[in-house]
Amino acid sequence: MRGGAFPGICLISAAGADSEKRMGIPLEPIITTKNLTHIYSRGTPFEHTAIQGVDFEAYPGEYLCVIGHTGSGKSTFIQHLNGLLKPTEGTVLFEGQDIHGSKAFTHSIRFQVGLVFQYPEYQLFEETVRKDIAFGPRNMKLSPEEIERRVQLAAQWADLDEALLEKSPFDLSGGQKRRVAIAGVMAMQPKVLILDEPTAGLDPDSRAEVMANIERYRRTMNACIIMVSHSMEDAAENADRIFVFHDSRLELRGTPAEVFCHSRELQDMGLAIPKAAQIALRLRDMGMELPEGLYTNEQLKRALLQRKGGAGLA
Amino acid sequence: MGQYFPGDSVIHRMDPRTKILGLVIYIVALFTAKSYASYGLMLLVLALVIRLSTLRLKMLLKGMKPLLLVIIFTAFLNLFFTEGEHVVFQVWKLRLTIEGVRTAGFMLARLVMLIMGSFLMTYTTPPMALTDGMERLLNPLKKIKFPVHEFAMMMSIALRFIPTLVEETDKIMSAQKARGADFETGSLMQRGKALIPVLVPLFISAFRRADELAVAMESRCYHGGQGRTRMNVLVMQRRDKLGLLFCLLVLAATIALAVFGL
Ligand SMILES: Nc1ncnc2c1ncn2[C@@H]1O[C@H](COP(=O)(O)OP(=O)(O)OP(=O)(O)O)[C@@H](O)[C@H]1O
Ligand SMILES: [Mg+2]
Repeated sequence: MRGGAFPGICLISAAGADSEKRMGIPLEPIITTKNLTHIYSRGTPFEHTAIQGVDFEAYPGEYLCVIGHTGSGKSTFIQHLNGLLKPTEGTVLFEGQDIHGSKAFTHSIRFQVGLVFQYPEYQLFEETVRKDIAFGPRNMKLSPEEIERRVQLAAQWADLDEALLEKSPFDLSGGQKRRVAIAGVMAMQPKVLILDEPTAGLDPDSRAEVMANIERYRRTMNACIIMVSHSMEDAAENADRIFVFHDSRLELRGTPAEVFCHSRELQDMGLAIPKAAQIALRLRDMGMELPEGLYTNEQLKRALLQRKGGAGLA
Repeated sequence: MGQYFPGDSVIHRMDPRTKILGLVIYIVALFTAKSYASYGLMLLVLALVIRLSTLRLKMLLKGMKPLLLVIIFTAFLNLFFTEGEHVVFQVWKLRLTIEGVRTAGFMLARLVMLIMGSFLMTYTTPPMALTDGMERLLNPLKKIKFPVHEFAMMMSIALRFIPTLVEETDKIMSAQKARGADFETGSLMQRGKALIPVLVPLFISAFRRADELAVAMESRCYHGGQGRTRMNVLVMQRRDKLGLLFCLLVLAATIALAVFGL
């Protein structure tokens, strides 16, 4: 397996759209990690290396997906990006500065890099939704008017109406709770919004809504989104770039087209690749000549039609 | 609280009942010990068991850290408040005597060995095995209508959920920290207040868990200890008998040492 290599060799027409998305992005990364390594419970029999040697960079406005098998170190990795975990080795830079440079800076990073944990609804605690969403901005020591303004904005992004804001967070449905919890982080208006499996355990409707909320936030704030996901289909659909963790290492990275050039390796890592990529893989196994890196139904259809000589649907 | 460190030593493989009884005997012996010789014997026994358990001394010492304050405080009290003739020096009401130094030294040794002994038990025995052993040992109390099974079940549930709750506390704290909560600075009052965002979700989830557990137990027809059989029946092996015999011999030796005033 190629460790963290940039698979630049497969040139496919389908990759065009993704490359375009990356154009116009400033060259200064907003978050960089260098040789990031984390070892839990060091010096005990429970010592466990959760991530090692991760080099990563994210640019403003990018939509990134982090995928990987259970226990591959995704959650550990993202908790380094806002300074909650301290690297055992390596550094994390925010706009070029080491986030562990000073205590005050580490604290201020929490507001610049918003982190939504897995099942964030378990962190709700206030009497009303409004107060809970205001918790983050309140910790930022903003003026009451500014806090209110931010709560309103966050409520808009998360599609929460005025009546709902006055309810107790414990009286909401699962999907609503999830959106309230996400709004609580959006209210801090971070430049980077990180979400750990934000759609886990939701029904398809709530799932779509959460994804729409995130997209709305990204558009208005031009924020960088980093999303941990189990779903390759979600990643393929939304991400500008995909980062694949395997066995505590960053094994693959690149645009979806680039990453899906390695469909077989992804399958070997135990990851479910999109249906179209699976079909393409099987067809190629059966001897059909298809370009590499196909992963959407549309691309597959086009490639198949092309083989038939361009005839077919007009 | 003690934590279990998996391993495959003789001590690990011993029956939990042996370890509980062994610890009780050891503690009794510790309290009969009065002389340098008997304390030396206790230390020797402890060293032997640590050796057999293959645990690293560093780990045992590390576990003592949270108890350090108590240990120092006890030693301090003994050091200065023991009546004695041979005064070394006196500051205000604090009087340091030779007797004080001796008592404090013994107290310190006793306390450290006692804690280490208990750690040896909890480090080498899974919590569930411990409560199992406890239940079996308390069985005779059933005769006087003491709810032994219920007591043991409560213990195992508590033990089972302590790590879960600790992990959950960690998670909630991280989540609130990510929203800028600050648990480390400010006055005592402010820090107390800062805990509300952690305690509320923690309690809610603890109650939810308790509820779920009750439902799960009922749906598997749990109805207390009556007629319940076990999957892993505890059986005393030769090593357990030898271990207990050894403990009793040590106890006899310390009693003998105390009687002869050595
Ligand atoms: N607090 C901790 N202490 C010790 N080990 C931990 C801790 N948290 C995670 N680990 C270990 O580190 C490894 C990586 O965990 P992590 O939570 O980062 O995985 P993940 O990729 O997020 O998995 P999932 O998809 O299941 O959420 C796992 O093997 C896990 O057991
Ligand atoms: Mg995770």
